[in-house]
Amino acid sequence: MSFAADDLQAIRLTLELAATTTLVLLVLAAPLAWWLARTRSRWRGPVSAVVALPLVLPPTVLGFYLLVSLGPQGWGGQLTQALGLGLLPFTFGGLLVGSIVYSLPFAVQPLQHAFEAVGRRPLEAAATLRAGPWDRFFHVVLPLSRGGIVQAAVLTFAHTVGEFGVVLMIGGNIPEQTRVVSTQIYGHVEALQYTQAHALSAAMLAFSFAVLLALAMLNRRSTRVLG
Amino acid sequence: MPRILAATLLVLLATGPLAALAATVQVAAAANLAAPMKAIAAGFQAATGHRASVALGSTGKFYAQVRNGAPFEVLLAADDETPARLEQEGLGVRGSRFTYATGRLALWSAEADVVDAQLAVLRQPPAGKMAIADPRIAPYGAAALQVLAKMGVRDDWQPHLVQGENIGQAFQFVASGNARLGFVALSQVMSDGRIPRGSAWIVPPGMHAPLKQDALLLSPGANNPAARALLDYLRSDAARTVLRSYGYTF
Repeated sequence: MSFAADDLQAIRLTLELAATTTLVLLVLAAPLAWWLARTRSRWRGPVSAVVALPLVLPPTVLGFYLLVSLGPQGWGGQLTQALGLGLLPFTFGGLLVGSIVYSLPFAVQPLQHAFEAVGRRPLEAAATLRAGPWDRFFHVVLPLSRGGIVQAAVLTFAHTVGEFGVVLMIGGNIPEQTRVVSTQIYGHVEALQYTQAHALSAAMLAFSFAVLLALAMLNRRSTRVLG
Repeated sequence: MPRILAATLLVLLATGPLAALAATVQVAAAANLAAPMKAIAAGFQAATGHRASVALGSTGKFYAQVRNGAPFEVLLAADDETPARLEQEGLGVRGSRFTYATGRLALWSAEADVVDAQLAVLRQPPAGKMAIADPRIAPYGAAALQVLAKMGVRDDWQPHLVQGENIGQAFQFVASGNARLGFVALSQVMSDGRIPRGSAWIVPPGMHAPLKQDALLLSPGANNPAARALLDYLRSDAARTVLRSYGYTF
């Protein structure tokens, strides 16, 4: 199977976007998931619901709100302009913001479950050994949550690769900047270039299957270790 | 209770024959028809009693869907190539194809004073983004590139172009202010023969290949009287008056 230059570009851009989203999102999601796992605040319910919203909202709704709020009249657009970042729609940065919102629950929820599974006892034990809160987080919680972290990373990466509706709304389909694999496939189908659409679609299918298979095997191994 | 039953029966009897005559036609219509199709569907229903159920989208997507068995009965395309191709492939009724309107292109900005009559905005160094419909797919996008080329500014503007997957999305990019200006269908910014918002230049038809939009009776609608009635209605003065008020020509 061979790809045309613009298809390869779309693949490269998609991988870049997914990798950047995963890195940024793991850093942002970890404290949020930690708070959700530990808090007894009455805000826990509402915050959980907001985090889960991208699971149920149509991507076009997210994309439409992002387009309007990041535009010149929107609060987000006025903020980014005031910060000297310019307007985000139609840029890689805009896609990154969109992907972070879109994949948020896929990072937060596995982390939260992993943190909850750690429980209080290892932390209390570490505290009696005079480990400070940061020490406890980095040397007790993170190693014990390894499975959840990998799961969050893989799911975020895969979900971002599969993103379509949000990109369609805020991307503008610019080669090398915002034209990712999913919008490229859509363009091929619309332009009746079915051979190229088939090649990219098959690659997407193989990738998704490989990711899910890897996750399933990972899950089996971690349960065997725990059991 | 018996009285309600009797009343229901009476209503059924009264409307029954009408309901049997009135049918629904499934229409796949180009995105640039979004605004006029409402008025046309309403006029069609008032004139014939038939109902038009309209799906708006890009013509290329409709082509793929029709080829794979979509139940659309009438295609109102954004071009003349797609209906011709479907007709050749035996997915439409032979001889039913005709040009129902010729579209017009407009360079439009949601802000006043951006697009001026002398088109200085195109000749000056480009600022901001310019939205067009994807030229690989949409005739309105291809026409936009032809206009830029004809003005000799295509290379200057190329790095500033953003593409909507159809003309509806190109319009949305400009309307939300994310693109400073863009080439849209005149029908999207004109109503009652004028352009109420922002600033615009109506592109003279000679600057690009004509945007002939063809209609085709698709095979699933071959025996639906409402489908043929809609195609007839599109040729009527009533429908043409509506289309004309949105900037289409004939």
